[in-house]
Amino acid sequence: MSIMEEKMVPKIAEAAPTRAYGGFLKNNIREYGMLLSLVAIMAFFQYMTDGTLLKPLNLTNLILQNSYIVIMALGMLLVIVAGHIDLSVGSVSGFIGALAAVLMVNYNWNFITASFVCLVAGAVIGGAQGWFVAWLKIPSFIVTLAGMLVFKGLALALLQGQSVGPFPEDFQLLSSGFIPDFFHGETLRLSSLAIGAIVAAVLFAFKLRERAGHVRHAMEEEPGAFFLAKNIAFAAVIVWFCWMLASYKGLPNVLVVMFVLMLVYDFATRRTTVGRRIYALGGNAKAARLSGVKTERLAFLTFVNMGVLSALAGLVFAARLNTATPKAGLGFELDVIAACFIGGASASGGVGKVLGAVIGAFVMGVMNNGMSILGIGIDYQQVIKGIVLLAAVCVDVYNKNK
Amino acid sequence: MQSSDSVIDKAADTAAAPPAGTAILEMRGIRKTFPGVVALDNVDLTVRAGEIHAIVGENGAGKSTLMKVLSGVYPHGSYEGEIRFEGQVRHFKGIADSEHIGIIIIHQELALVPLLSIAENIFLGNEPQRLGIIDWAEATRRTRELLAKVGLKESPATLITNLGVGKQQLVEIAKALAKRVRLLILDEPTASLNEHDSQALLDLLLEFKSHGIACILISHKLNEISRVSDAITVLRDGSTVESIDCKAGPVSEDHIIRAMVGRELADRYPPRARLAADAGETVFEIRDWHVAHPVHGDRDVVKGVSLKVKRGEIVGIAGLMGAGRTELAMSVFGRAYGQRIRGEVAMHGKTIDVSTIEKAIGHGIAYVTEDRKSLGLLLEDDIRHNISLANLKAVSAGGVIDPGKEFAAAADYRRKLNIRCANVMQQTVNLSGGNQQKVVLGKWLFSRPELLILDEPTRGIDVGAKFEIYSIMAALADEGKCILMISSEMPELLGMCDRIYVMNEGRFVGEFAAADASQEKIMRAIVKQGLA
Repeated sequence: MSIMEEKMVPKIAEAAPTRAYGGFLKNNIREYGMLLSLVAIMAFFQYMTDGTLLKPLNLTNLILQNSYIVIMALGMLLVIVAGHIDLSVGSVSGFIGALAAVLMVNYNWNFITASFVCLVAGAVIGGAQGWFVAWLKIPSFIVTLAGMLVFKGLALALLQGQSVGPFPEDFQLLSSGFIPDFFHGETLRLSSLAIGAIVAAVLFAFKLRERAGHVRHAMEEEPGAFFLAKNIAFAAVIVWFCWMLASYKGLPNVLVVMFVLMLVYDFATRRTTVGRRIYALGGNAKAARLSGVKTERLAFLTFVNMGVLSALAGLVFAARLNTATPKAGLGFELDVIAACFIGGASASGGVGKVLGAVIGAFVMGVMNNGMSILGIGIDYQQVIKGIVLLAAVCVDVYNKNK
Repeated sequence: MQSSDSVIDKAADTAAAPPAGTAILEMRGIRKTFPGVVALDNVDLTVRAGEIHAIVGENGAGKSTLMKVLSGVYPHGSYEGEIRFEGQVRHFKGIADSEHIGIIIIHQELALVPLLSIAENIFLGNEPQRLGIIDWAEATRRTRELLAKVGLKESPATLITNLGVGKQQLVEIAKALAKRVRLLILDEPTASLNEHDSQALLDLLLEFKSHGIACILISHKLNEISRVSDAITVLRDGSTVESIDCKAGPVSEDHIIRAMVGRELADRYPPRARLAADAGETVFEIRDWHVAHPVHGDRDVVKGVSLKVKRGEIVGIAGLMGAGRTELAMSVFGRAYGQRIRGEVAMHGKTIDVSTIEKAIGHGIAYVTEDRKSLGLLLEDDIRHNISLANLKAVSAGGVIDPGKEFAAAADYRRKLNIRCANVMQQTVNLSGGNQQKVVLGKWLFSRPELLILDEPTRGIDVGAKFEIYSIMAALADEGKCILMISSEMPELLGMCDRIYVMNEGRFVGEFAAADASQEKIMRAIVKQGLA
């Protein structure tokens, strides 16, 4: 027996076990459970609001309202997977919004320069907190709790208690703009629809290629018909979604930003070595360290990343309100963290998916939106959101222990 | 005795102490199994009133398991056999039951709360109280008495963290005395004590004996045992092999050692051509290695160790727990343990930099941990991701992982190491111990090491899986890899190694070629050192 031989022969002979569809579904219930819940929640509110929820105008609003939460949830997922938490994201995004307003409105900086400076500031803030967490081994809960207070205070100081605005028009486009329509469609923005169709096709092609690779290595478990049905449905939803948006004003700019980021982070977590090491760090920090993972540096980098995304979310939110207020960002951290946990991330680290966090963010978003349309007061909205968060995590824990 | 109502006197008076010589504890035909392992089989133990009874045996002989059965950690029903204490058959449901009738166990790892005071620790869970309000004056008064009994001159308000290990041990004993103790069990009480504290502790045991308290002493230090014990029970492979009455006549240490290790080496190891002592080039070398304790920087855990491993050689490091073997290995592996590390590491005659784990792996060193669950595996993750973790470079390009390559690598090691699983996407938490160990081994083989350090590679796995691990080791050595094997099981060292170093208290105290080594020689090297 030669154990160290260099060549690795893929074993085609080891055929994947054929499984009943039911068995596959049962084993992957955690994967699809959240998506199904989102669909169920949407169907519920669609019915309760007499179809208002999925009207093009409301869909557009839904995206604009939740974009900054989704953007921060991407970074928060990495922080949580690494075994930490960041409570400061709301305050940091508020502070960066204030910084942007002061630079652009009070000092008349160009919006590109100012935005860039804001993103760098976010990185520095994240890095500072990450340094305490990674190298001084101060629990992230405490470091970011301190950060939350510090940056809430600094935002207040920067704005001197006043709202500052309005922003230059170019900057506002980040949140209120839509991608231009080259076809000048009267009732339907054709370029938005075309983009949707192309994206759906490209994603479908990628999925097919990935599956082909899996099949070649006999590592595919998903039944073929199931795979096709799932991905055709997925592509159809994208096209339908873009068609709905196209019949209003087209694809919002921020949706494009959000979607690209989502793809990047999904890829980074699933396919890159850095992503893999973050999961290893959160799963078992000692084992990861003994396997040569630079655990401190990695934890530090997840916080830097979180800082940049908080800054981006701060810019998006400021552009949307068209003014920076001392109250901006208040309580965002709760929605962001809830999104990650609803999406199946584990509080002890090592487990969680980017798409789960995005779905979690939209579960919260759809509930906010739907309950507002129904005229439920902010008081009971919070009660219901809290119960849904607890229920989602309970179901997750139950599934895991089964 | 300073105080007339002292706890010891009370215990001796009220219990109508049985005359010396009658059995206070009888354990008959104890059998305890864990899934796949028989830990204890047909163990008999008789402790007479007012005697100090020593239990000796190799690591893994079943001493701790037996004490856990006795103290109720493994409740009645989870083992077979009978326990009689003070003449009655006892069924303990938990530790509280055994403590209630006076069986108190003091573990090797002390169970004191570091940031509470001596008095708070002694009466933890047993506080003198009125209507739920603790009577601190009473607690302090009784603590003073107890401390006087064990000869400790500290204030009851002193925090445990400010005491040395020896004094902490005395606090543990005082805590035992605060309860109505009839039988005191001490698990390696002097393992971390210096000579003076050890002597004081043994004197204390002799004094208790004169007050009628029986005592079970688990120890590796034969000189201590022959000094204080009245009887010795020897355990080997989970069974009682001999009960020696010390009063009948002097017992030689050789006699005890032979009883401890005396077992025939059956054909439990794969055949391999042993390396001649002068053959082969030296590949790996450690020179004058010193390592200080990570917290107590003034205490050296490894004190000037030098070793060599030749091409295709399996070198063993024997020693008892706490000898510094794991500390040596982990400090060499990228300073994963300790501080103020001094000394040189060389590969192929060139000094190499092993200051970080990444560098150590880069130089071809792999360390397979003794604690695979907490230091070796990502239990929530699958076999595939575990195997690729230490060498992600080999399955990625530009930081992007190629899932096909990764899967192929995992499937490859699954086949070569015969990892039994549904597929490599299975979570490692669901694998048996032996298969988990193979996954960890696969991870490190995939990092393409020149030197493989195996720390207790067969701990907690069944006999069949052990043979497989041994076969893998033999195959690796045949391919020219260097293997450094740390093990507390002497038979496997003798069965697998070309050469064996013996380590004790941070130093190498012996080196044997496989042909010259025997369990007696190794054990003697360890215990003789203990005498010095």
